[in-house]
Amino acid sequence: MGVNRDFFVPDREFNYDLQGFGRSMVQWQEAEIIPDRLVPTHCSFCGVQCGMYLKVADGKVIGVEPRDYPHNRGALCPKGVVAYQQQSHPDRLLHPLIRRGGKGGKLERASWDEALDYVVRRWKAIQAEHGPDAIAVYSGSSMSNERCYLAGKFARVGLRTRHIDYNGRLCMSSAAVAYDRAFGIDRSPLPLPDYELADCLFVVGSNVAECFPVAMQWLWRARDGGARLIVMDPRETPAARTADLWLAVKPGTDIAVLNAMLRQIVVDGLVDEEYVRNRTTGWAEVREAVMAYTPEMAERLSGVPTERIVAAARIYGRAETSLIMHARGIEHSSHGVNNVLACINLALARGQVGKVGGGTTMLTGQGNGQGGREVGQKANQLPGYRHIDNEEDRSYIAKAWGIPESELPWEGAAATEMVHLMADGDIKSCLVLCSNLMVSLPDNRVVERALNNVDPLVVIDFFLSETAERADVVLPGAVWCEDEGTTTNLEGRVVKLNQAVDPPGEAKRDWEILTELARRMGREQFFPYASAKEIYEELRVASRGGVADYSGITWERLDKEGGVFWPCPSEDHPGTPRLFIERFEHPDGRARMFPVEYSPPAEEPNDAYPFRLTTGRVVYHYLSGTQTRRIGFLNGQAPEPWVEIHPQAAARLGIANDEMVRVRTPRAEMTLRALVTPTIRPDTLFIPFHYGGRQAANQLTDAAVDPTVKIPEYKACAAAVEKLEAPTAGDGHARMNFTPDSMPTMFPYEAGETRPTGPKAHQEGTWQSRPCS
Amino acid sequence: MAIKTLFVDPTRCIGCRACEAACRECDSHKGESMVMVDFVDRGASLATQPTVCMHCEDLVAPCAQVCPAQAILISPEGVVQQADPSRCIACRNCVYACPFGVPKFDVEARLMKKCNLCYDRTVQGLQPWCAQACPTDALWYGTYEEFAATRVGEPVAHTDFGTQQVQTRVYHVLPVGTETFNLAEALREAAGERPVREEAWVL
Repeated sequence: MGVNRDFFVPDREFNYDLQGFGRSMVQWQEAEIIPDRLVPTHCSFCGVQCGMYLKVADGKVIGVEPRDYPHNRGALCPKGVVAYQQQSHPDRLLHPLIRRGGKGGKLERASWDEALDYVVRRWKAIQAEHGPDAIAVYSGSSMSNERCYLAGKFARVGLRTRHIDYNGRLCMSSAAVAYDRAFGIDRSPLPLPDYELADCLFVVGSNVAECFPVAMQWLWRARDGGARLIVMDPRETPAARTADLWLAVKPGTDIAVLNAMLRQIVVDGLVDEEYVRNRTTGWAEVREAVMAYTPEMAERLSGVPTERIVAAARIYGRAETSLIMHARGIEHSSHGVNNVLACINLALARGQVGKVGGGTTMLTGQGNGQGGREVGQKANQLPGYRHIDNEEDRSYIAKAWGIPESELPWEGAAATEMVHLMADGDIKSCLVLCSNLMVSLPDNRVVERALNNVDPLVVIDFFLSETAERADVVLPGAVWCEDEGTTTNLEGRVVKLNQAVDPPGEAKRDWEILTELARRMGREQFFPYASAKEIYEELRVASRGGVADYSGITWERLDKEGGVFWPCPSEDHPGTPRLFIERFEHPDGRARMFPVEYSPPAEEPNDAYPFRLTTGRVVYHYLSGTQTRRIGFLNGQAPEPWVEIHPQAAARLGIANDEMVRVRTPRAEMTLRALVTPTIRPDTLFIPFHYGGRQAANQLTDAAVDPTVKIPEYKACAAAVEKLEAPTAGDGHARMNFTPDSMPTMFPYEAGETRPTGPKAHQEGTWQSRPCS
Repeated sequence: MAIKTLFVDPTRCIGCRACEAACRECDSHKGESMVMVDFVDRGASLATQPTVCMHCEDLVAPCAQVCPAQAILISPEGVVQQADPSRCIACRNCVYACPFGVPKFDVEARLMKKCNLCYDRTVQGLQPWCAQACPTDALWYGTYEEFAATRVGEPVAHTDFGTQQVQTRVYHVLPVGTETFNLAEALREAAGERPVREEAWVL
């Protein structure tokens, strides 16, 4: 993190300076093991799902080999290279654990029978007393479609509870709903290699280089072909570093810039009128709404200079083919859906959506973030992207599952609401799989109260995560390469994961655990699976006729064809790599445009908390870090969180690089190391969120959510930063020596900060451009 | 036949260290990386620079020139090898002589170690691990002709270190003078309709 910390760090496992420091943990003789076989599969981490071969010898995964797959072309990021080290990791959970002494007792080794019998006995008692909805299932998306599908079915059929949701709620829910509303289908409309065909790439709220390193090759290829690159981000990300234009936006104010760009496109006459007339509805309202967003107004709200907004609109608007890539930067917001709709409006007005290489695309973060939200583990959805409140969809799924429709539960709580139901005691017990709530949910004091309040808290995981540490029963699951199945990557490409080895010790595959739990709950007849493939075959039937139709995708085809894009309604259907070429998925075939208005983040900076705090990923870690913090190479690169501060702000507060500082928000405070760097706005702080306990950024974040999709606002809250020994005032906190109005300006990127200082300067109407010089 | 070699393009480098992770997977030095990725100055920018052995050519690589034991052998293809363990006398001359700072000395093994351009992989027609893994093609393996046909940038295989000049088998990719996008022009155009503010020109 710090300045050139990549030199000479003691005890670092990967030191290349062989002279200075210790030996590597992996010794040379390991190289002499010859692998028995290479297993073709995909990475366990992000949404790109790079193809890779795993080297297997003596029932252990010993290494990785490149695999030339259509979208990663043999490339891997550092996480992908070392992903195999999870499999035989010494921290693996090898047997069930149970807290015999109740809350406050110790987790002790148990047999499967003891653990499962205990869980089932408690569940039956709770449901008899409080009804079936007293148990919740909190699932995840970083696992195969088969497991995601089964999690949904297990909750609704095995437990008969309506409370099932998954961590995609924290990830893709804004984009999913926005695409569903605008296009009638929730999927990225184009494959990665199409990026190369764009003339202008507009990256909005995505640190694409660090979060999706392998996608960068397609961006750079587009750049080699002459494509312009515009990046909108409060931080100068690695992609922004060499971009044509960086729009350093204040966190949470993106709509102001996007609407102002659209206004400029209208003013310049760059709207594709014919496309808008023939393929969209709602343009008149959108046009009217955006005309109020002058670049000057957008500058005042977002801090992006008017010239840059206008230049961005023209670069984007004049490009023949332009692609907007957006991600959590705009979606993790209390108006996340609107942010995405603003991007979609831009692309539709330019007639880009449905053009090869153009349009908008969402960069799905989790490994199976796309598949995970289609196969029926979302609170309001059934397999095949069916809606739980639609009569037809309900009866189809009830029939496929062999239960009366009346027994199919209705919509339950969203993941972010579920936590409050647990904290309030409405939910008595929770099964968590593939999730680490203590790190991933905002304002984690509430999460801790919730987890301590449910009894039993049952966690399926392969490492003892921060959430599993609080569990009453921990069931050891399998890592990705110990099971087989399919995932759906950020392109909508369904790919096949193959099993390399068996789970170690007594660990079981997640679907085996769920099947066994269902059997003990007396629901055996609905879960007759002997293999993951049987689950997939059932998923094909359940998704048939739905929006996300997998029915034509067989495992054999996936092996043969290098993945198949859904929707694929029959076995002779080639799949659908590019959407919207001819029509949108709404019944009238048109895309819908929705006027969106700027609204500030739920929590704005104030005199006590003058900064905006934003959180995000680093390239070495994945989500809650349960996996990557255990892999020496990755953890060695970023072993602890830090806070990024602009040098101007740091100088005003007397903060030096690498100094330990305190960051406070209205919810909590934490101590961490400062990284003083000009690659961030001076009024913004950044903390990576991958860490647990006292290092969790989510101690600080605001639990405000988008009203429609309940996605938390991780990306903007008010915060203060101070030296540890700063003199304190009456409330025990240091007095901030500046307020949002006297915040340092952005030098050398000073342009957006020309607001005159002094009383009332920030009030509406008094803002003016700095006089000409 | 055209020679395949590495092309190092720091403008594409995102500092992810996939090359370091991948280098450690190489069977000839499992667990140790011979590639280095450094921030140029994290206090100023995110710019990162991957450093690999440049496999100097002119006439003999400086490390091999100064080796008193002739332990650093050069393959017929011009790949400068890591010190031969049976010859290396652990004098570290090569460590001091290399202008790029590439060879590393392993005290315990009493051996100089450095990149072999994944000799075991490249002789089979595979790419070296670092270029194979690199998600951004900042490290790229192929022929000069292939590079010129598909990539933007000026491959340079000649480096001046004051009085010392070296010709290398590996290329650095430098920006081409022409064809750069004129953002100042775009901003000027936008500002034509507005009062000019100096700060907006700062790129």
